[in-house]
Amino acid sequence: MSEKIDARGLSCPQPVVLAKKAMDKIGKGTIEILVDTMTSRENVSRLARSAGYQVGVEEKEGEFLLKLVKA
Amino acid sequence: MSNLTSFFTSRWGIVSAGVFIGVLAPILQKLGNPANMGICVACMERDIAGALGLHRAEVVQYLRPEIMGFVLGSLIAAMFFREFKPRTGSAPIIRFFLGFFAMVGALVFLGCPWRALLRLAGGDGNAILGLAGLAFGIWIGVLLLKSGYNLGRATPAKAVAGWIMPVLMIVLLLFALFEPQFAQGGPIFKSTKGPGSAHAPLIISLLVGLGVGILAQRTRFCTMGAIRDVILIRDFHLFSGILALVVSAVVINLLLGQFKPGFANQPIAHDSHLWNFLGMSLAGLAFALAGGCPGRQLILSGEGDGDAGVFVVGMIVGAGFAHNFALASSAKGPGAFGPAAVVFGLIFCLVIGFAMRERSKA
Repeated sequence: MSEKIDARGLSCPQPVVLAKKAMDKIGKGTIEILVDTMTSRENVSRLARSAGYQVGVEEKEGEFLLKLVKA
Repeated sequence: MSNLTSFFTSRWGIVSAGVFIGVLAPILQKLGNPANMGICVACMERDIAGALGLHRAEVVQYLRPEIMGFVLGSLIAAMFFREFKPRTGSAPIIRFFLGFFAMVGALVFLGCPWRALLRLAGGDGNAILGLAGLAFGIWIGVLLLKSGYNLGRATPAKAVAGWIMPVLMIVLLLFALFEPQFAQGGPIFKSTKGPGSAHAPLIISLLVGLGVGILAQRTRFCTMGAIRDVILIRDFHLFSGILALVVSAVVINLLLGQFKPGFANQPIAHDSHLWNFLGMSLAGLAFALAGGCPGRQLILSGEGDGDAGVFVVGMIVGAGFAHNFALASSAKGPGAFGPAAVVFGLIFCLVIGFAMRERSKA
């Protein structure tokens, strides 16, 4: 299962809420979530790690593509 | 620099922000700020509203340099760490009125969440009712968030949009420094008695404000977020920050002889339990719907978030109305129209909360 979320421009806690919903939906798999602030990057990463996902980050022009993976 | 960043975002980072505020707020009180009000974002913005003549409550008029410090400290940190991102456009008119009613609720209780924690740390039992109300309001906000509430996206803006709040703060700071008189007697108004006349030396207030602003920007310190994250995702990261604030403020208050336990005759407080609870319920709900406590909104406005700036302006205007329309409480209890305004504000927030739900995927 995989999910893609565009959370750019959404303020706290929307990116976290969307990430949480996606996690609840897919359980295991990959979630790609695009955010545009450091705060969102940190918050989503912290949530993902605590839920047992591995977090990868690609930074491009001030935006962050977070890859959350749970095998 | 990345080491520094990872420290600030760690558990120890957020705890250090809580300790910083918890230690310095009681010291600001010792140096002159009002009792259990070493730092209070709502009260201080209310004093600024008074200094500008937006209300004429003579005892609460002073340009509090702490507020300017928070925004400018955040600006400095955001610039240094390349996080200054001008953005706006996420339902500004709604955010304005959320700020407005958040202030009304806070002034019925008599304090923002920071002051609620500091009142608790000073022994004021009424803060327990306020904090319970705050948590209740945030809980309602979380239910709305879970059912799809969303104020929509902000979009990147030109730099000038991000600079408006910092420049406003610089102007206010210049007013505080030079105390110009725009008419005989003011504005700029400055209380000669009451809480507004109680203040630490300007330079110290400003420096503490800058320090808090820098730390809070780096650590994302937020009292509303602390409670929300516990309810929403069982995450205690931000909560450890507010816990650190209370513990360190209790210690400093004990050392300075400022800890006075009880419910009756607490400084700048009333013991109407119902309205302490409901006032903060309104504030908590409004903060949750807007995505941050008043302190956090100031910090965000310093890093270029124009929507947070609109919330701040809404709070300052709300403070003007709260005193002009007898909504704000006093030591005697709620103002004549405070309870009605709280009920009206709760209805407003619930209508917004239900109306702004999105069913489809964002």
